[in-house]
Amino acid sequence: MSVLEMRRVSRCYGQGAAEVHALRDVDLTVDAGMMVAVMGPSGSGKSTMLTIAGSLEEPSSGEVRVCGQELTTLSRNARARLRRRSIGYVFQDFNLLPGLTAAENVALPLELDGVPARRARNAATQGLAGLGLGDRAEHFPDQLSGGERQRVAIARAVVGEHQLLLADEPSGALDSVNSEAVMRLIHGACKRGLAALVVTHDAQLASWADRVVFLRDGRITDQTAPPPGPESLLVQGQNP
Amino acid sequence: MSVRHALLALLSEGPKYGLQLREEFEARTGEVWPLNVGQVYTTLQRLERDGLVESDGDAQDGPQKGFRITAAGTEELTGWLRTPSDMSSPPRDELVMKVLVALRVPGTDVPDVIQVHRRYLVELMQQWTRIKETEADSDMSLALVVDAELFRLDSVIRWLDAAEGRIRRAALADAGPDTASGPQTGTQYIHGIKGTQRGTPGALPSVRRRVGVRK
Repeated sequence: MSVLEMRRVSRCYGQGAAEVHALRDVDLTVDAGMMVAVMGPSGSGKSTMLTIAGSLEEPSSGEVRVCGQELTTLSRNARARLRRRSIGYVFQDFNLLPGLTAAENVALPLELDGVPARRARNAATQGLAGLGLGDRAEHFPDQLSGGERQRVAIARAVVGEHQLLLADEPSGALDSVNSEAVMRLIHGACKRGLAALVVTHDAQLASWADRVVFLRDGRITDQTAPPPGPESLLVQGQNP
Repeated sequence: MSVRHALLALLSEGPKYGLQLREEFEARTGEVWPLNVGQVYTTLQRLERDGLVESDGDAQDGPQKGFRITAAGTEELTGWLRTPSDMSSPPRDELVMKVLVALRVPGTDVPDVIQVHRRYLVELMQQWTRIKETEADSDMSLALVVDAELFRLDSVIRWLDAAEGRIRRAALADAGPDTASGPQTGTQYIHGIKGTQRGTPGALPSVRRRVGVRK
């Protein structure tokens, strides 16, 4: 089942000589259980693609469907509800609220969506424990390491009934060990049925994805073939 | 990679048979570098000739012949571990050559050539990452080999990214200041680069003269 579908999506900023095409005729589908990575240099349109997929910005033309719902046909309130219920976001700089504990940060989107506080809190505590942060639930963001903060952000993104995870350079500021931990968590969430769209310029991050699409000047110019099994590398060059 | 020193390392743990050395070599390198049994025996013969290992002298050649490291072998192994590998001059890298050649072939879509290689490298990295995800957790040797391969491939992709950025900037600069400051159409640099069609190749020979390209 497709969780995210973008059809001929374009986005222009400015007019006349100052017109900039951030995205041009982008077609992209992300199915449940799949991680798709978007690679491209700065200014290629990666972040615009993510904000449009997350309904934080509207396309100039084209269609975007999230969980089967065409975003442009929804009212502003309905779009906000869809964002809260179905979409989780992970940003490079974590975007945790500093005055709330880890558990409160994770529970917040559920509470905003009307889930009773106690239930939201239990779901948050379970989510944090599942990511190895059970003993950090009552810590404030400034008491956590960078890797722990990003794990809290992932817990917030996958908690509740979220079906789509959108991540913008999710391990940009982390060292390689924490980067790998973050990608393992996102990959694990996909194995449990979540759809994820990760934009990055980092090939090591992108290599966790089932499919990598390449963006240049706002267009998808190429994508990887479905990867063969790992055996293909391990037997390569085997002597008879 | 030095099979010779890898065998010395295995023998530094204690005496072993030839077949056992082959099996342990493959296991310790995450089974990424398969080794022919003939290669093991040839290497062992040379190590014995050089006085770095000793064998059960009277035993027949074959799987039951045992080998052990000598004092000279231990000294050789210790020295090798602490000797930096020669990375002082750039290797003659085929991919670097292809990009340099692409710049000089008129009408070549250089970014397209770069993308073909970038996609291939990312696909390889996806396969290595799958190995890391599924198998490397319980196997430290395999995890280290996979990491090494991922960092190596990643560095090649970074070079391709930097090369494409440099080529694109050069093309925009050649097209004039108006184009360079205006909106990028993404097409000016696609078919050949002005600067590369002037018939004055020279960057590579001068690089070779300065630092020496490893053959």
